[in-house]
Amino acid sequence: MIHPTKSRDVIYFVSAKKDAMNRKYARWWLFTLAGVLLLVVAAVFSLTVGEADISLRDIIPVLGGKEGMEYFILTEIRIPRILLAFAVGGSLSLSGAILQGIFRNPLVEPYTLGISGGAALGVALAIVAGLHLSIGVIMLPLSGFTGAMATIFLVSLLGFLRGGADINKMLLIGVMISFVASSSMMFLMSVTTSENMHGIVFWIMGSLDEPNQMLIRLTLITSLAGLGVSYLFARPLNALRLGETKAGNLGIDSKTTIRILFLLASLLTGISVSVAGVIGFAGLVIPHLIRIVAGSDYRFLLMGSFLGGGLFLILSDVIARTIIAPNELPIGVITGMAGGILFIVVLYNIRSTRRHGI
Amino acid sequence: MASDYLVIDKLCCGYGSGFSLKEVSLTLSKGSFAGVIGPNGSGKTTLFKGISGNLAARSGSVTLQNTRLSELIQREKAKRVAVVSQFPDVADITVEDYVLMGRLPYREMFQFFETRHDIAVAHKFMRLTGILPHSRKPMTQLSGGEQQLAAIAQALAQEPELLLMDEPTSHLDITHQVQILNLIQRLNHETGLTVLMIIHDLNLAAEYCDYLVMMDQGRIYQQGTPSEVLTYKNIEEVYKTVVVTRNNPLSGKPAIFLVSESVMRKQRK
Repeated sequence: MIHPTKSRDVIYFVSAKKDAMNRKYARWWLFTLAGVLLLVVAAVFSLTVGEADISLRDIIPVLGGKEGMEYFILTEIRIPRILLAFAVGGSLSLSGAILQGIFRNPLVEPYTLGISGGAALGVALAIVAGLHLSIGVIMLPLSGFTGAMATIFLVSLLGFLRGGADINKMLLIGVMISFVASSSMMFLMSVTTSENMHGIVFWIMGSLDEPNQMLIRLTLITSLAGLGVSYLFARPLNALRLGETKAGNLGIDSKTTIRILFLLASLLTGISVSVAGVIGFAGLVIPHLIRIVAGSDYRFLLMGSFLGGGLFLILSDVIARTIIAPNELPIGVITGMAGGILFIVVLYNIRSTRRHGI
Repeated sequence: MASDYLVIDKLCCGYGSGFSLKEVSLTLSKGSFAGVIGPNGSGKTTLFKGISGNLAARSGSVTLQNTRLSELIQREKAKRVAVVSQFPDVADITVEDYVLMGRLPYREMFQFFETRHDIAVAHKFMRLTGILPHSRKPMTQLSGGEQQLAAIAQALAQEPELLLMDEPTSHLDITHQVQILNLIQRLNHETGLTVLMIIHDLNLAAEYCDYLVMMDQGRIYQQGTPSEVLTYKNIEEVYKTVVVTRNNPLSGKPAIFLVSESVMRKQRK
């Protein structure tokens, strides 16, 4: 088992050591830069798509000119929308990746766990109570966050903390919470004023058409900060793949780590839902694809999911805006179709991989 | 104080209202290679959980080098105590990444990638355990024996003072059993690593451990050298099984032979 000659051993040892370090570090930068590049290309492409005809060449002159209808369309409509798509897609996908790490299952994400539903119910309650008018529009993301937190707490309590991580039970609980939340919202819509009802319907459809610049900025900053915070837990998330006990033996305070990550995932989901409505499966599709491309090391997965999620939603939004133009498709329709089908495929294949976690 | 390296003092811990340890006391000196034996349900694994802190102590204490382990934060504890379980917890990651996880207690807050030193340490122990040639393979493609070697390399990469091993070889063939125990023995001799190991095979326990702790019903039934502990009387009392003991002709350590029911009947006649 020990190599026969010592000198050969030392050479192998030295070269492997140098090699391993540089390889992973370089690979991470390359991966991140490629992701950013793709994202920029998609964003610029998305700038040119829409009713008003603005070509690729026109973009810089129009932005430089600082006046005119086209300048207004780019800066007031398209750029905010792209930023929001990026932030929401990144947030949802990042929380999907984080939740999958905590629960050690590739099928959990904000939507399938009912967290999006809980957040939506929180926002609907705030709209009905008129909190966004009386206190301020900030109450919408706050209510979304509260709803998301409450759901995560409930799901964990029912399915995770007791009787171990029985994933089937947890997914079922998540689906049921979604049902209860949407029924409750229907109830709210039936008993409230028609003005509030329109507000809820308009928002629930899942649209990136957000007029409030402050909310867009808040979403963007939260998503970037969330990415930063998640990286503090990238290596602990890797260790959690070996189970909570093993991670504990490796020096990870599993309970605290999981609590902070739950908080982070609900914050990202709650805010996304409060500005863009329920957009399902973004947190399922992207981390899954990133795992295929870059493996499941969380140092790659977190960045990949964030950038990929942003990219995915920017492109989905382009399709949503153009496919039945001049009308607009709710963006949740596209993500829901792609994600729902992938969910079934993953579920079908999971038997062979489940022994090894994700 | 050199002889009092690991001190377990009247440790009581358990699950809910059910099974619990009853005032277990044990003292090990630095560099000992101790084995914990006893029938199923005698409290061996509970004792380990009590030492590693995975189960909170109801009373009593575990002290390593004059530091109470329960007062340390998780990360500091992981720099001193490493655990190898019966079945390694694996995921679909490469052997190298798996072993590198042993360096987690040493990471800085904003350090997302392992340092050169981390990689040097990981490679040192992969070489020592003989799994370096597999370093790029996924853990899931390794055999049970190779996975266990990787798990040991990971534990060693924590550079612990105390290595806890919970039946590390019980599901392996004799080639791997002997390979792993020889490795641990060599580490124990060469580096002075203190090892506490749960082991079911009494013959292997006698052969490799220099100190044995025999447990029964949550208590320590007897502790001492293998020849003191592994007497036929002790074994028959604790395991309720008839055995014959002789000494291994080469090592002089006790060796245990089981006796089948039909042979017993013939003997009685």
